[in-house]
Amino acid sequence: MNGAGSAAVPAVTTSLIDHPSARVLIRRHRLRWWEGLPWIVATGFYFAFPDYLAFGTQLLVSILFALSLDLALGYAGIITLGHAAFFGTGAYAVGLLAFHGIWAEPITSLLIAAAAAAAVGFGSGLVLLRTKGLTLLMLTLCTMALLQEAANMAHDYTGGFDGLPSLDIAPVLGKFEFNPLYADTQYLYTLALLLVCFVFIRTVVYSPFGESLTGIRENMLRMQAVGSPVRRRLVICYTISAAIAGIAGGLWAQTNAYVNLSVLDLDRAATVLIILILGGYGRLYGAFVGAVAYMALEHFVARIYPTAWQLELGLLLVLVALFARNGILGLGEALCRRYRAEHAGS
Amino acid sequence: MTEIRLETRTLSRYFGALMAVQAIDFKLAAGARHALIGPNGAGKTTFINLLAGVLLPSRGRVLLKGHDITDKSQAERVKLGLARTFQINRLFRGLTVLENVCISVAERVGAASSMIYPLGRRTDVIEESMHLLGMLKLTADAGRRVSELPYGRQRLVEIAIAIGLKPQVLLLDEPAAGVPSAESHIILDAIERLPEQLAVLIIEHDMDVVFRFAKRVTVMVSGALFAEGTPREIEANPQVRAVYLGQAAHD
Repeated sequence: MNGAGSAAVPAVTTSLIDHPSARVLIRRHRLRWWEGLPWIVATGFYFAFPDYLAFGTQLLVSILFALSLDLALGYAGIITLGHAAFFGTGAYAVGLLAFHGIWAEPITSLLIAAAAAAAVGFGSGLVLLRTKGLTLLMLTLCTMALLQEAANMAHDYTGGFDGLPSLDIAPVLGKFEFNPLYADTQYLYTLALLLVCFVFIRTVVYSPFGESLTGIRENMLRMQAVGSPVRRRLVICYTISAAIAGIAGGLWAQTNAYVNLSVLDLDRAATVLIILILGGYGRLYGAFVGAVAYMALEHFVARIYPTAWQLELGLLLVLVALFARNGILGLGEALCRRYRAEHAGS
Repeated sequence: MTEIRLETRTLSRYFGALMAVQAIDFKLAAGARHALIGPNGAGKTTFINLLAGVLLPSRGRVLLKGHDITDKSQAERVKLGLARTFQINRLFRGLTVLENVCISVAERVGAASSMIYPLGRRTDVIEESMHLLGMLKLTADAGRRVSELPYGRQRLVEIAIAIGLKPQVLLLDEPAAGVPSAESHIILDAIERLPEQLAVLIIEHDMDVVFRFAKRVTVMVSGALFAEGTPREIEANPQVRAVYLGQAAHD
Protein backbone atom coordinates (compact mmCIF):
# COMPACT_ATOMS: atom_id res chain seq x y z
CA MET A 1 0.00 0.00 0.00
CA ASN A 2 2.81 2.30 0.96
CA GLY A 3 4.52 1.82 -2.39
CA ALA A 4 1.34 2.53 -4.29
CA GLY A 5 0.80 5.69 -2.26
CA SER A 6 4.22 7.14 -2.99
CA ALA A 7 3.85 6.23 -6.67
CA ALA A 8 0.60 8.14 -6.83
CA VAL A 9 2.23 11.43 -5.78
CA PRO A 10 4.38 12.04 -8.89
CA ALA A 11 1.46 10.87 -11.02
CA VAL A 12 -0.62 13.74 -9.62
CA THR A 13 2.07 16.35 -10.19
CA THR A 14 2.77 15.34 -13.78
CA SER A 15 -0.91 15.39 -14.59
CA LEU A 16 -1.01 19.08 -13.68
CA ILE A 17 1.38 20.10 -16.43
CA ASP A 18 -0.09 17.48 -18.75
CA HIS A 19 -3.39 19.34 -18.73
CA PRO A 20 -4.10 20.56 -22.28
CA SER A 21 -4.16 24.22 -21.22
CA ALA A 22 -0.81 23.84 -19.49
CA ARG A 23 0.61 22.08 -22.55
CA VAL A 24 -0.48 25.00 -24.73
CA LEU A 25 1.44 27.42 -22.53
CA ILE A 26 4.48 25.15 -22.27
CA ARG A 27 4.64 24.70 -26.06
CA ARG A 28 3.65 28.21 -27.03
CA HIS A 29 7.16 29.37 -27.87
CA ARG A 30 7.99 26.38 -30.06
CA LEU A 31 8.51 27.00 -33.74
CA ARG A 32 5.54 26.20 -35.92
CA TRP A 33 5.88 24.97 -39.47
CA TRP A 34 4.65 28.19 -41.09
CA GLU A 35 7.18 30.33 -39.24
CA GLY A 36 9.77 29.44 -41.85
CA LEU A 37 7.61 30.87 -44.64
CA PRO A 38 8.63 34.54 -44.42
CA TRP A 39 12.29 33.58 -44.66
CA ILE A 40 11.72 31.17 -47.53
CA VAL A 41 9.71 33.84 -49.36
CA ALA A 42 12.40 36.45 -48.66
CA THR A 43 15.13 34.14 -49.97
CA GLY A 44 12.97 33.21 -52.97
CA PHE A 45 12.46 36.92 -53.69
CA TYR A 46 16.21 37.33 -53.91
CA PHE A 47 16.44 34.83 -56.75
CA ALA A 48 13.14 35.58 -58.46
CA PHE A 49 13.24 39.37 -58.58
CA PRO A 50 16.86 40.52 -58.91
CA ASP A 51 15.62 43.83 -60.33
CA TYR A 52 13.48 44.55 -57.30
CA LEU A 53 16.10 44.02 -54.60
CA ALA A 54 16.34 47.71 -53.72
CA PHE A 55 12.61 47.71 -53.16
CA GLY A 56 12.92 44.46 -51.21
CA THR A 57 15.58 45.99 -48.98
CA GLN A 58 13.31 48.90 -48.09
CA LEU A 59 10.55 46.40 -47.37
CA LEU A 60 12.79 44.50 -44.96
CA VAL A 61 13.73 47.75 -43.21
CA SER A 62 10.03 48.58 -42.83
CA ILE A 63 9.38 45.15 -41.34
CA LEU A 64 12.15 45.63 -38.80
CA PHE A 65 10.86 49.08 -37.88
CA ALA A 66 7.31 47.75 -37.49
CA LEU A 67 8.60 44.86 -35.35
CA SER A 68 10.25 47.31 -32.98
CA LEU A 69 6.97 49.19 -32.69
CA ASP A 70 5.09 45.95 -32.10
CA LEU A 71 7.19 45.24 -29.01
CA ALA A 72 6.31 48.61 -27.46
CA LEU A 73 2.78 49.12 -28.77
CA GLY A 74 1.48 45.65 -29.47
CA TYR A 75 2.92 43.86 -26.46
CA ALA A 76 3.42 46.46 -23.74
CA GLY A 77 0.57 48.73 -24.88
CA ILE A 78 2.76 51.85 -25.00
CA ILE A 79 0.73 54.22 -27.15
CA THR A 80 3.22 56.09 -29.30
CA LEU A 81 3.09 58.24 -32.39
CA GLY A 82 6.75 59.18 -32.20
CA HIS A 83 8.61 55.98 -32.96
CA ALA A 84 10.46 57.65 -35.84
CA ALA A 85 12.43 59.46 -33.11
CA PHE A 86 14.46 56.28 -32.67
CA PHE A 87 14.52 55.40 -36.36
CA GLY A 88 15.86 58.89 -37.02
CA THR A 89 18.40 58.74 -34.19
CA GLY A 90 19.78 55.51 -35.60
CA ALA A 91 19.84 56.90 -39.13
CA TYR A 92 21.62 60.10 -38.08
CA ALA A 93 24.10 58.14 -35.94
CA VAL A 94 25.14 56.12 -38.98
CA GLY A 95 24.94 59.16 -41.25
CA LEU A 96 27.00 61.51 -39.09
CA LEU A 97 29.73 58.94 -38.47
CA ALA A 98 30.01 58.04 -42.16
CA PHE A 99 29.66 61.56 -43.56
CA HIS A 100 32.31 63.04 -41.30
CA GLY A 101 34.61 60.14 -41.99
CA ILE A 102 34.70 58.96 -38.37
CA TRP A 103 33.40 55.41 -38.73
CA ALA A 104 32.05 53.61 -41.78
CA GLU A 105 32.17 49.91 -40.91
CA PRO A 106 28.52 48.90 -41.37
CA ILE A 107 27.90 46.36 -38.58
CA THR A 108 29.59 48.26 -35.77
CA SER A 109 27.90 51.43 -37.09
CA LEU A 110 24.57 49.71 -36.55
CA LEU A 111 25.54 48.81 -33.00
CA ILE A 112 26.35 52.47 -32.38
CA ALA A 113 23.02 53.42 -33.96
CA ALA A 114 21.26 50.98 -31.64
CA ALA A 115 23.08 52.37 -28.61
CA ALA A 116 22.26 55.97 -29.54
CA ALA A 117 18.59 55.17 -30.10
CA ALA A 118 18.47 53.14 -26.88
CA ALA A 119 19.92 56.09 -24.97
CA VAL A 120 17.21 58.39 -26.38
CA GLY A 121 14.57 55.75 -25.63
CA PHE A 122 15.80 55.26 -22.08
CA GLY A 123 16.03 58.98 -21.33
CA SER A 124 12.69 59.92 -22.83
CA GLY A 125 11.08 56.75 -21.47
CA LEU A 126 12.03 57.62 -17.90
CA VAL A 127 9.99 60.80 -18.20
CA LEU A 128 7.29 59.89 -20.73
CA LEU A 129 6.27 56.53 -19.34
CA ARG A 130 4.92 58.16 -16.21
CA THR A 131 1.99 59.14 -18.41
CA LYS A 132 -0.38 57.10 -20.52
CA GLY A 133 -3.08 57.39 -23.14
CA LEU A 134 -3.40 60.64 -25.06
CA THR A 135 -0.82 62.44 -22.91
CA LEU A 136 1.74 59.78 -23.77
CA LEU A 137 0.77 59.96 -27.44
CA MET A 138 1.32 63.71 -27.52
CA LEU A 139 4.59 63.53 -25.60
CA THR A 140 6.06 60.90 -27.93
CA LEU A 141 5.02 63.08 -30.85
CA CYS A 142 6.66 66.11 -29.23
CA THR A 143 9.91 64.25 -28.51
CA MET A 144 10.14 63.29 -32.16
CA ALA A 145 9.37 66.86 -33.29
CA LEU A 146 12.04 68.21 -30.94
CA LEU A 147 14.63 65.83 -32.33
CA GLN A 148 13.69 66.75 -35.88
CA GLU A 149 14.01 70.43 -35.12
CA ALA A 150 17.34 69.80 -33.38
CA ALA A 151 18.57 67.97 -36.49
CA ASN A 152 17.38 70.88 -38.59
CA MET A 153 19.10 73.48 -36.43
CA ALA A 154 22.40 71.62 -36.11
CA HIS A 155 22.90 72.47 -39.78
CA ASP A 156 26.68 72.46 -39.60
CA TYR A 157 26.77 68.81 -38.66
CA THR A 158 23.57 67.34 -40.07
CA GLY A 159 23.22 69.36 -43.24
CA GLY A 160 19.89 70.64 -41.94
CA PHE A 161 17.10 70.43 -44.47
CA ASP A 162 19.39 69.10 -47.20
CA GLY A 163 20.60 66.22 -45.07
CA LEU A 164 23.79 64.24 -45.52
CA PRO A 165 24.20 63.00 -49.11
CA SER A 166 26.44 60.29 -50.57
CA LEU A 167 27.42 58.41 -47.45
CA ASP A 168 30.43 56.24 -47.95
CA ILE A 169 29.83 52.91 -46.22
CA ALA A 170 32.71 50.46 -45.92
CA PRO A 171 32.31 46.95 -47.37
CA VAL A 172 30.42 44.42 -45.20
CA LEU A 173 32.87 42.22 -43.29
CA GLY A 174 35.55 44.02 -45.26
CA LYS A 175 34.69 41.99 -48.39
CA PHE A 176 31.32 42.80 -49.90
CA GLU A 177 31.11 46.14 -51.64
CA PHE A 178 28.35 48.18 -50.04
CA ASN A 179 26.49 50.88 -51.92
CA PRO A 180 23.14 51.22 -53.70
CA LEU A 181 24.70 49.84 -56.86
CA TYR A 182 25.12 46.48 -55.12
CA ALA A 183 21.52 45.81 -54.29
CA ASP A 184 22.11 42.11 -53.72
CA THR A 185 24.66 42.70 -50.95
CA GLN A 186 22.34 45.19 -49.31
CA TYR A 187 19.38 42.86 -49.52
CA LEU A 188 21.15 39.87 -47.96
CA TYR A 189 22.80 42.04 -45.32
CA THR A 190 19.46 43.56 -44.33
CA LEU A 191 17.75 40.16 -44.35
CA ALA A 192 20.42 38.73 -42.07
CA LEU A 193 20.05 41.58 -39.60
CA LEU A 194 16.27 41.31 -39.70
CA LEU A 195 16.58 37.63 -38.84
CA VAL A 196 18.91 38.32 -35.90
CA CYS A 197 16.64 41.07 -34.51
CA PHE A 198 13.54 38.94 -35.08
CA VAL A 199 14.98 35.99 -33.15
CA PHE A 200 15.80 38.37 -30.31
CA ILE A 201 12.32 39.96 -30.26
CA ARG A 202 10.64 36.58 -30.48
CA THR A 203 12.66 35.35 -27.50
CA VAL A 204 11.72 38.42 -25.46
CA VAL A 205 8.05 38.18 -26.36
CA TYR A 206 7.68 34.56 -25.20
CA SER A 207 9.77 35.04 -22.05
CA PRO A 208 8.30 35.66 -18.58
CA PHE A 209 9.30 39.30 -19.12
CA GLY A 210 7.24 39.39 -22.33
CA GLU A 211 4.29 37.86 -20.51
CA SER A 212 4.54 40.56 -17.86
CA LEU A 213 4.49 43.17 -20.65
CA THR A 214 1.20 41.75 -21.91
CA GLY A 215 -0.02 41.88 -18.32
CA ILE A 216 0.84 45.58 -18.20
CA ARG A 217 -0.99 46.11 -21.49
CA GLU A 218 -4.06 44.27 -20.26
CA ASN A 219 -4.25 45.84 -16.80
CA MET A 220 -1.55 48.11 -15.49
CA LEU A 221 -3.20 48.62 -12.08
CA ARG A 222 -3.42 44.90 -11.46
CA MET A 223 0.23 44.47 -12.40
CA GLN A 224 1.10 46.97 -9.68
CA ALA A 225 -1.09 45.01 -7.28
CA VAL A 226 0.85 41.79 -7.96
CA GLY A 227 4.05 43.61 -7.06
CA SER A 228 5.38 44.18 -10.56
CA PRO A 229 7.81 47.09 -11.05
CA VAL A 230 5.64 48.36 -13.89
CA ARG A 231 7.51 51.50 -14.83
CA ARG A 232 10.89 49.77 -14.83
CA ARG A 233 9.51 47.06 -17.13
CA LEU A 234 8.04 49.66 -19.47
CA VAL A 235 11.29 51.64 -19.63
CA ILE A 236 13.27 48.46 -20.38
CA CYS A 237 10.82 47.49 -23.10
CA TYR A 238 10.82 50.98 -24.58
CA THR A 239 14.63 51.03 -24.60
CA ILE A 240 14.85 47.68 -26.38
CA SER A 241 12.23 48.78 -28.86
CA ALA A 242 14.11 52.04 -29.45
CA ALA A 243 17.38 50.18 -30.03
CA ILE A 244 15.78 47.99 -32.70
CA ALA A 245 14.12 50.99 -34.33
CA GLY A 246 17.59 52.56 -34.30
CA ILE A 247 19.00 49.56 -36.16
CA ALA A 248 16.19 49.89 -38.71
CA GLY A 249 17.01 53.58 -39.13
CA GLY A 250 20.70 52.83 -39.42
CA LEU A 251 19.98 50.25 -42.12
CA TRP A 252 17.84 52.78 -43.94
CA ALA A 253 20.70 55.29 -43.93
CA GLN A 254 23.25 52.69 -45.04
CA THR A 255 21.17 51.26 -47.84
CA ASN A 256 20.04 54.62 -49.19
CA ALA A 257 23.48 56.16 -48.63
CA TYR A 258 21.93 59.39 -47.37
CA VAL A 259 20.07 60.81 -44.38
CA ASN A 260 17.66 63.70 -44.29
CA LEU A 261 15.00 65.08 -41.98
CA SER A 262 12.38 62.66 -43.36
CA VAL A 263 13.77 59.95 -41.04
CA LEU A 264 12.35 61.90 -38.08
CA ASP A 265 9.09 62.80 -39.78
CA LEU A 266 5.60 62.33 -38.41
CA ASP A 267 4.82 60.79 -41.79
CA ARG A 268 7.28 57.98 -41.08
CA ALA A 269 5.94 57.41 -37.56
CA ALA A 270 2.37 57.32 -38.89
CA THR A 271 3.29 54.95 -41.72
CA VAL A 272 4.85 52.38 -39.41
CA LEU A 273 1.80 52.59 -37.17
CA ILE A 274 -0.46 52.01 -40.19
CA ILE A 275 1.70 49.04 -41.26
CA LEU A 276 1.41 47.47 -37.82
CA ILE A 277 -2.33 48.02 -37.50
CA LEU A 278 -2.87 46.78 -41.06
CA GLY A 279 -0.97 43.56 -40.39
CA GLY A 280 -2.15 43.10 -36.80
CA TYR A 281 -0.36 44.27 -33.69
CA GLY A 282 0.77 42.18 -30.75
CA ARG A 283 1.36 39.08 -32.90
CA LEU A 284 4.93 39.33 -34.26
CA TYR A 285 4.07 38.45 -37.86
CA GLY A 286 1.69 41.38 -38.22
CA ALA A 287 4.75 43.49 -39.00
CA PHE A 288 5.63 41.21 -41.94
CA VAL A 289 2.12 41.02 -43.36
CA GLY A 290 1.43 44.71 -42.83
CA ALA A 291 4.68 45.87 -44.38
CA VAL A 292 4.22 43.64 -47.44
CA ALA A 293 0.60 44.76 -47.87
CA TYR A 294 1.43 48.43 -47.44
CA MET A 295 4.55 48.56 -49.57
CA ALA A 296 3.05 46.40 -52.32
CA LEU A 297 0.04 48.68 -52.37
CA GLU A 298 2.20 51.77 -52.44
CA HIS A 299 4.43 50.36 -55.14
CA PHE A 300 1.98 48.79 -57.53
CA VAL A 301 -1.19 50.77 -57.04
CA ALA A 302 0.80 53.99 -57.28
CA ARG A 303 1.86 52.88 -60.76
CA ILE A 304 -1.66 52.31 -61.93
CA TYR A 305 -3.24 55.34 -60.25
CA PRO A 306 -0.32 57.66 -59.53
CA THR A 307 -2.59 60.34 -58.12
CA ALA A 308 -5.04 58.29 -56.12
CA TRP A 309 -3.11 55.52 -54.41
CA GLN A 310 -3.46 57.12 -51.01
CA LEU A 311 -7.22 57.05 -51.52
CA GLU A 312 -7.04 53.29 -51.96
CA LEU A 313 -4.87 53.00 -48.87
CA GLY A 314 -7.39 55.07 -46.95
CA LEU A 315 -10.22 52.80 -48.08
CA LEU A 316 -8.25 49.72 -47.03
CA LEU A 317 -7.63 51.22 -43.62
CA VAL A 318 -11.30 52.02 -43.16
CA LEU A 319 -12.14 48.42 -44.05
CA VAL A 320 -9.57 47.10 -41.58
CA ALA A 321 -10.85 49.41 -38.86
CA LEU A 322 -14.44 48.34 -39.50
CA PHE A 323 -14.15 44.62 -40.13
CA ALA A 324 -10.74 43.46 -38.98
CA ARG A 325 -9.80 45.18 -35.75
CA ASN A 326 -6.86 42.84 -35.33
CA GLY A 327 -5.52 43.47 -38.81
CA ILE A 328 -5.05 41.08 -41.69
CA LEU A 329 -3.52 38.41 -39.43
CA GLY A 330 -6.36 38.75 -36.94
CA LEU A 331 -8.83 38.27 -39.76
CA GLY A 332 -6.95 35.17 -40.88
CA GLU A 333 -6.97 33.75 -37.35
CA ALA A 334 -10.71 34.36 -37.03
CA LEU A 335 -11.37 32.60 -40.35
CA CYS A 336 -9.18 29.66 -39.30
CA ARG A 337 -11.06 29.36 -36.02
CA ARG A 338 -14.42 29.42 -37.80
CA TYR A 339 -13.23 26.81 -40.29
CA ARG A 340 -12.05 24.54 -37.48
CA ALA A 341 -15.23 25.04 -35.46
CA GLU A 342 -17.35 24.10 -38.46
CA HIS A 343 -15.32 21.00 -39.15
CA ALA A 344 -15.35 20.01 -35.49
CA GLY A 345 -19.14 20.40 -35.54
CA SER A 346 -19.75 18.23 -38.60
CA MET B 1 -0.67 34.47 21.72
CA THR B 2 -1.02 34.43 17.95
CA GLU B 3 1.29 36.47 15.79
CA ILE B 4 -0.02 39.89 14.76
CA ARG B 5 0.34 40.07 10.99
CA LEU B 6 -1.09 43.49 10.27
CA GLU B 7 -1.57 46.47 12.51
CA THR B 8 -2.60 50.09 12.08
CA ARG B 9 -1.95 52.91 14.55
CA THR B 10 -4.20 56.00 14.43
CA LEU B 11 -4.41 55.51 10.67
CA SER B 12 -6.19 58.49 9.10
CA ARG B 13 -6.90 59.84 5.68
CA TYR B 14 -8.53 63.15 4.87
CA PHE B 15 -9.83 64.25 1.49
CA GLY B 16 -9.94 68.00 2.02
CA ALA B 17 -12.39 68.49 4.87
CA LEU B 18 -13.77 64.96 4.53
CA MET B 19 -12.36 62.58 7.12
CA ALA B 20 -12.62 59.37 5.13
CA VAL B 21 -10.69 57.33 7.68
CA GLN B 22 -10.24 58.59 11.23
CA ALA B 23 -7.58 57.39 13.67
CA ILE B 24 -8.13 53.67 13.21
CA ASP B 25 -6.30 51.25 15.49
CA PHE B 26 -6.69 47.80 14.10
CA LYS B 27 -5.00 44.41 14.45
CA LEU B 28 -5.15 41.30 12.32
CA ALA B 29 -3.59 38.08 13.60
CA ALA B 30 -2.38 35.03 11.72
CA GLY B 31 -5.31 32.80 10.84
CA ALA B 32 -7.79 35.66 11.32
CA ARG B 33 -11.09 35.64 9.45
CA HIS B 34 -12.10 39.20 10.03
CA ALA B 35 -14.95 41.02 8.34
CA LEU B 36 -15.16 44.78 7.93
CA ILE B 37 -18.71 45.97 7.49
CA GLY B 38 -20.42 49.32 7.45
CA PRO B 39 -22.86 51.41 5.45
CA ASN B 40 -21.92 52.81 2.04
CA GLY B 41 -19.39 55.61 2.27
CA ALA B 42 -18.13 54.45 5.67
CA GLY B 43 -14.54 54.44 4.33
CA LYS B 44 -14.01 50.69 4.05
CA THR B 45 -12.39 50.75 0.62
CA THR B 46 -10.31 53.80 1.57
CA PHE B 47 -9.07 51.79 4.55
CA ILE B 48 -8.11 48.86 2.30
CA ASN B 49 -6.37 51.24 -0.11
CA LEU B 50 -4.37 52.67 2.78
CA LEU B 51 -3.36 49.17 3.86
CA ALA B 52 -2.39 48.15 0.32
CA GLY B 53 -0.41 51.33 -0.32
CA VAL B 54 -2.59 52.68 -3.13
CA LEU B 55 -3.26 55.72 -0.96
CA LEU B 56 -0.87 57.30 1.48
CA PRO B 57 -2.27 58.12 4.94
CA SER B 58 -2.62 61.68 6.17
CA ARG B 59 -1.57 60.43 9.59
CA GLY B 60 -0.77 57.19 11.38
CA ARG B 61 1.26 54.07 10.61
CA VAL B 62 0.75 50.67 9.02
CA LEU B 63 2.76 47.70 10.31
CA LEU B 64 3.17 44.35 8.60
CA LYS B 65 4.55 41.63 10.88
CA GLY B 66 5.83 44.36 13.17
CA HIS B 67 7.68 46.27 10.43
CA ASP B 68 6.60 49.77 9.56
CA ILE B 69 5.48 49.70 5.91
CA THR B 70 3.79 53.12 5.85
CA ASP B 71 6.34 54.50 3.38
CA LYS B 72 6.56 51.37 1.23
CA SER B 73 5.09 51.30 -2.25
CA GLN B 74 2.30 48.97 -3.25
CA ALA B 75 4.74 46.67 -5.05
CA GLU B 76 7.06 46.53 -2.03
CA ARG B 77 4.15 45.64 0.25
CA VAL B 78 3.23 42.80 -2.07
CA LYS B 79 6.78 41.46 -1.84
CA LEU B 80 6.48 41.61 1.96
CA GLY B 81 3.35 39.48 1.88
CA LEU B 82 0.34 41.75 1.56
CA ALA B 83 -2.09 40.94 -1.27
CA ARG B 84 -5.50 42.25 -2.17
CA THR B 85 -8.42 41.72 -4.51
CA PHE B 86 -10.59 44.41 -6.02
CA GLN B 87 -14.25 45.27 -5.63
CA ILE B 88 -14.49 45.63 -9.41
CA ASN B 89 -12.59 42.94 -11.35
CA ARG B 90 -9.11 43.95 -12.40
CA LEU B 91 -8.04 41.05 -14.56
CA PHE B 92 -5.91 40.53 -17.64
CA ARG B 93 -9.04 40.16 -19.70
CA GLY B 94 -7.52 39.23 -23.04
CA LEU B 95 -5.39 36.44 -21.55
CA THR B 96 -6.33 32.94 -20.47
CA VAL B 97 -7.18 32.04 -16.88
CA LEU B 98 -3.92 30.12 -16.60
CA GLU B 99 -1.91 33.08 -17.90
CA ASN B 100 -3.62 35.37 -15.39
CA VAL B 101 -2.41 33.24 -12.52
CA CYS B 102 1.00 32.58 -14.10
CA ILE B 103 1.68 36.31 -14.28
CA SER B 104 1.11 36.57 -10.56
CA VAL B 105 3.12 33.46 -9.66
CA ALA B 106 5.98 34.43 -12.02
CA GLU B 107 6.13 37.82 -10.35
CA ARG B 108 6.32 36.27 -6.89
CA VAL B 109 9.06 33.75 -7.67
CA GLY B 110 11.08 36.45 -9.40
CA ALA B 111 10.89 34.92 -12.88
CA ALA B 112 9.07 37.84 -14.45
CA SER B 113 12.12 39.96 -15.17
CA SER B 114 13.97 37.34 -17.21
CA MET B 115 13.80 37.62 -20.97
CA ILE B 116 16.22 35.01 -22.26
CA TYR B 117 14.19 31.84 -21.83
CA PRO B 118 10.53 31.17 -22.68
CA LEU B 119 7.83 31.16 -20.01
CA GLY B 120 6.98 27.64 -21.14
CA ARG B 121 10.25 26.41 -19.71
CA ARG B 122 9.23 27.54 -16.22
CA THR B 123 7.11 24.46 -15.64
CA ASP B 124 7.36 25.14 -11.90
CA VAL B 125 5.39 28.37 -12.39
CA ILE B 126 2.86 26.69 -14.65
CA GLU B 127 2.49 23.70 -12.35
CA GLU B 128 1.91 25.87 -9.29
CA SER B 129 -0.63 27.92 -11.23
CA MET B 130 -2.49 24.80 -12.31
CA HIS B 131 -2.44 23.57 -8.71
CA LEU B 132 -3.97 26.85 -7.59
CA LEU B 133 -6.65 26.68 -10.26
CA GLY B 134 -7.43 23.19 -9.05
CA MET B 135 -7.91 24.49 -5.51
CA LEU B 136 -10.38 27.06 -6.79
CA LYS B 137 -12.08 24.54 -9.11
CA LEU B 138 -11.07 26.54 -12.17
CA THR B 139 -9.08 23.79 -13.90
CA ALA B 140 -11.70 23.26 -16.61
CA ASP B 141 -11.50 26.97 -17.50
CA ALA B 142 -7.68 27.18 -17.49
CA GLY B 143 -7.41 27.63 -21.26
CA ARG B 144 -10.32 30.03 -21.65
CA ARG B 145 -9.99 33.75 -21.97
CA VAL B 146 -11.02 35.52 -18.80
CA SER B 147 -13.36 37.80 -20.74
CA GLU B 148 -15.34 34.74 -21.88
CA LEU B 149 -16.04 33.52 -18.32
CA PRO B 150 -19.26 34.16 -16.41
CA TYR B 151 -18.88 36.91 -13.83
CA GLY B 152 -18.83 34.60 -10.82
CA ARG B 153 -15.90 32.63 -12.23
CA GLN B 154 -14.10 35.88 -13.04
CA ARG B 155 -14.38 36.74 -9.35
CA LEU B 156 -12.62 33.45 -8.60
CA VAL B 157 -9.78 34.41 -10.93
CA GLU B 158 -9.58 37.68 -9.03
CA ILE B 159 -8.96 35.66 -5.86
CA ALA B 160 -6.61 33.21 -7.63
CA ILE B 161 -4.29 36.03 -8.74
CA ALA B 162 -4.04 37.25 -5.14
CA ILE B 163 -3.36 33.76 -3.73
CA GLY B 164 -0.70 33.21 -6.39
CA LEU B 165 1.32 35.80 -4.46
CA LYS B 166 1.33 33.48 -1.40
CA PRO B 167 0.49 36.35 0.91
CA GLN B 168 0.66 36.48 4.70
CA VAL B 169 -2.25 38.90 4.74
CA LEU B 170 -5.07 38.89 2.22
CA LEU B 171 -7.49 41.78 1.79
CA LEU B 172 -10.70 40.80 0.03
CA ASP B 173 -12.72 43.78 -1.16
CA GLU B 174 -16.30 42.55 -1.56
CA PRO B 175 -15.38 39.25 -3.22
CA ALA B 176 -18.99 38.39 -3.99
CA ALA B 177 -19.96 41.84 -5.30
CA GLY B 178 -22.05 41.64 -8.45
CA VAL B 179 -22.24 37.86 -8.41
CA PRO B 180 -25.76 36.47 -8.84
CA SER B 181 -26.88 34.83 -5.58
CA ALA B 182 -27.21 31.49 -7.39
CA GLU B 183 -23.45 31.58 -8.04
CA SER B 184 -22.23 33.23 -4.85
CA HIS B 185 -21.69 29.91 -3.13
CA ILE B 186 -18.69 29.17 -5.38
CA ILE B 187 -17.02 32.30 -4.01
CA LEU B 188 -17.86 31.34 -0.44
CA ASP B 189 -16.53 27.82 -0.93
CA ALA B 190 -13.30 29.26 -2.31
CA ILE B 191 -12.88 31.63 0.60
CA GLU B 192 -13.46 28.85 3.09
CA ARG B 193 -10.68 26.81 1.50
CA LEU B 194 -8.06 29.54 1.93
CA PRO B 195 -4.88 28.43 3.77
CA GLU B 196 -5.58 28.27 7.49
CA GLN B 197 -2.67 30.42 8.68
CA LEU B 198 -3.45 33.23 6.22
CA ALA B 199 -4.75 36.40 7.87
CA VAL B 200 -7.86 37.46 5.94
CA LEU B 201 -9.68 40.77 6.09
CA ILE B 202 -12.87 40.81 4.08
CA ILE B 203 -15.12 43.73 3.24
CA GLU B 204 -18.61 42.50 2.62
CA HIS B 205 -22.14 43.85 2.45
CA ASP B 206 -23.86 40.52 2.37
CA MET B 207 -24.52 39.59 6.01
CA ASP B 208 -25.00 35.92 5.15
CA VAL B 209 -21.44 35.84 3.82
CA VAL B 210 -20.15 37.70 6.88
CA PHE B 211 -21.83 35.40 9.37
CA ARG B 212 -20.80 32.27 7.57
CA PHE B 213 -17.19 33.24 7.08
CA ALA B 214 -16.04 35.65 9.80
CA LYS B 215 -14.89 34.87 13.31
CA ARG B 216 -14.69 38.56 14.16
CA VAL B 217 -16.51 41.55 12.76
CA THR B 218 -15.59 45.21 12.82
CA VAL B 219 -18.20 47.83 12.06
CA MET B 220 -17.04 51.06 10.48
CA VAL B 221 -19.22 54.16 10.35
CA SER B 222 -18.24 57.57 8.95
CA GLY B 223 -14.56 56.67 8.78
CA ALA B 224 -14.23 55.50 12.37
CA LEU B 225 -14.41 52.16 14.15
CA PHE B 226 -17.88 51.81 15.59
CA ALA B 227 -17.96 48.38 17.14
CA GLU B 228 -16.01 45.13 17.15
CA GLY B 229 -16.94 41.65 18.29
CA THR B 230 -17.95 38.18 17.29
CA PRO B 231 -20.66 37.95 14.64
CA ARG B 232 -23.21 37.15 17.39
CA GLU B 233 -22.25 40.15 19.47
CA ILE B 234 -22.44 42.43 16.46
CA GLU B 235 -25.79 41.02 15.43
CA ALA B 236 -27.14 41.61 18.92
CA ASN B 237 -25.69 45.12 19.24
CA PRO B 238 -28.61 47.58 19.22
CA GLN B 239 -26.45 50.51 18.03
CA VAL B 240 -25.20 48.52 15.03
CA ARG B 241 -28.75 47.54 14.23
CA ALA B 242 -29.72 51.21 14.42
CA VAL B 243 -26.98 52.19 11.97
CA TYR B 244 -27.98 49.51 9.52
CA LEU B 245 -31.72 50.03 10.02
CA GLY B 246 -31.18 53.75 9.58
CA GLN B 247 -29.30 53.01 6.39
CA ALA B 248 -32.13 50.73 5.25
CA ALA B 249 -34.68 53.46 6.00
CA HIS B 250 -32.71 55.91 3.85
CA ASP B 251 -32.51 53.48 0.98
